Amino acid sequence: MLVYVLKRLIYTLPVAFGVSVVCFLLVHIAPGDPLTSVLPPDASAQLQAEMRKIYGFDRPLIVQYGLWVLKTLQGDLGVSIATGRPVAGELRLALGNTLMLAVLATLIGFVLGCLFGFVAGYFRDSWLDKLASFVSIIGVSVPHYWLGMVLVIIFSVQLNWLPATGAGPGGSADWAWDWVHVRHLILPAVTMSVIPMGIVARTVRALVADILSQEFITGQRAKGLLDVGVFRHVVKNAAPTALAVMGLQLGYLLGGSILIETVFSWPGTGFLLGQAIFQRDLPLLQGTILVLAMFFVALNLLVDVVQTMLDPRVQRT
Amino acid sequence: MSSASFETIATAGTLPGYWSGVLRRLGRDPVAMFALLVILAMVLMAVFAPLIAPADPYRGQMLRRLRPIGTPGFPLGTDELGRDMLTRLIYGARLSLLMGVTPVFIAFFVGSAIGITAGYLGGKVNTVLMRTVDVFFAFPSVLLAIALSGALGAGIFNGLLSLTIVFIPPIARIAESVTTAVRKIEYVEAARASGASALTIVRVHVLGNVIGPIFVYATGLISVSLILASGLSFLGLGVKPPEPEWGLMLNTLRNAIYVQPWVAALPGAMIFITSISFNLLSDGLRSAMDLKS
Repeated sequence: MLVYVLKRLIYTLPVAFGVSVVCFLLVHIAPGDPLTSVLPPDASAQLQAEMRKIYGFDRPLIVQYGLWVLKTLQGDLGVSIATGRPVAGELRLALGNTLMLAVLATLIGFVLGCLFGFVAGYFRDSWLDKLASFVSIIGVSVPHYWLGMVLVIIFSVQLNWLPATGAGPGGSADWAWDWVHVRHLILPAVTMSVIPMGIVARTVRALVADILSQEFITGQRAKGLLDVGVFRHVVKNAAPTALAVMGLQLGYLLGGSILIETVFSWPGTGFLLGQAIFQRDLPLLQGTILVLAMFFVALNLLVDVVQTMLDPRVQRT
Repeated sequence: MSSASFETIATAGTLPGYWSGVLRRLGRDPVAMFALLVILAMVLMAVFAPLIAPADPYRGQMLRRLRPIGTPGFPLGTDELGRDMLTRLIYGARLSLLMGVTPVFIAFFVGSAIGITAGYLGGKVNTVLMRTVDVFFAFPSVLLAIALSGALGAGIFNGLLSLTIVFIPPIARIAESVTTAVRKIEYVEAARASGASALTIVRVHVLGNVIGPIFVYATGLISVSLILASGLSFLGLGVKPPEPEWGLMLNTLRNAIYVQPWVAALPGAMIFITSISFNLLSDGLRSAMDLKS
């Protein structure tokens, strides 16, 4: 087990290195100089050269990368061009908001997905299966940013039950677990939960159907095992994979929150990313993408290790 | 060489039988057939947009902005610049389908080539290719698409490029694992032992066995690609105004949800219908080929 964890960890290092290189180069594949967005178009050649020196863009790419990694490892992601504040600080605040949203959405999606998937797999080919499968295929097919808009139209514009945007009256930094704030969380979380709901439901359905068709279940049934007992077997066999899917979904939601956060003006990492892109705030862009991607790499590692601990049959290399 | 040509004849004899069986089973699946019909209708709508659409998709009148669904002359209302919604939804199929389907189409070829090469050659080539793929696979797909097109800037080409890069890694991974499995089957070993060249083996023995599963997997990605492509335009990346594209229309109509909510929601319904149709067709294809997801 320990050997597997170490192996998996060693495998992660080159991937993490590659991810950092991609994040670093992103800024450099942008057309033109990374500074063109910062400087006024009529900036003198001397000013341009000075700025280039200040930002370190005059050095060889590989030196720039090395310095960037060194600074990043010390927790310094540079300073946002638009606000002048440290990127790390902005990110910490946004990451908290996105995590709250993504974790809640994953939980809702996981519970509903397991329910639908289990019902569909247990009563395979019945009308219940067809209904549950239809709901789950809607979950994976709906453009969630549109679903968000539709929910806003119904619950905010027409019924006026829930707020359409934002994270509460006090702005992004002032969160509390009371109704004034939590009601802002409901619509985005429900919208976001649709994706993991669909994927978990499809996975669980396949798992349950597969386990029920295995001989040991038939054997146990023949020996007089009750449905409750069968249920226990199914849960024990399906749980590791279902949990792994849930973990990965959390990662996808964290990284892909930009669309939903744009619809609901939710002050998270996706919102920050949108700002960084449209203001061409390169340090902010680089930092946000790096942190989100590294989060995903770490989560992948964690999911693999936990899944192997729960179910030693699945040892991947 | 003689054994290779014999095998060509043998596989040429069996392949169409297998595929016609798949098509026959697919034809008996009413849900998949309905989905196919919807997709065909969308494609026809895109191709013949100038003939079907009742109005000019670019010309609007500020005096008749944001009319409701059912307005005489404007069956689906008008948008924020007074352009006919029905016309723009019809024209929207062009860019939305193009932006959604093309990346998966290109990624299918590039990803398969990478995966089959890595899987068949194995060893160092496999390590180098698949580790590179793993790096891109380590990004959540939405994040990678937005990061790339955010860095490259808005525009149709940049959007297509970013989405293609997003879909190459998953397809390459599937191709690699399927090819690695096929390579170990005895008749491939036998072909290699009897002196067939790598290219011949891949063309004759490997391709026929691996292309089906990769293809089904790729069809399943089309709905994701459609949602993502329109999502890019929804964010202001991807397609630029005044082009009619469903995601972009959803973006420009966002502020209209307080005036004409259901007109504003129409473009998203189009994306939804198209994406669920591709998913249902892909599911039907998968069960017709009897593959496990």
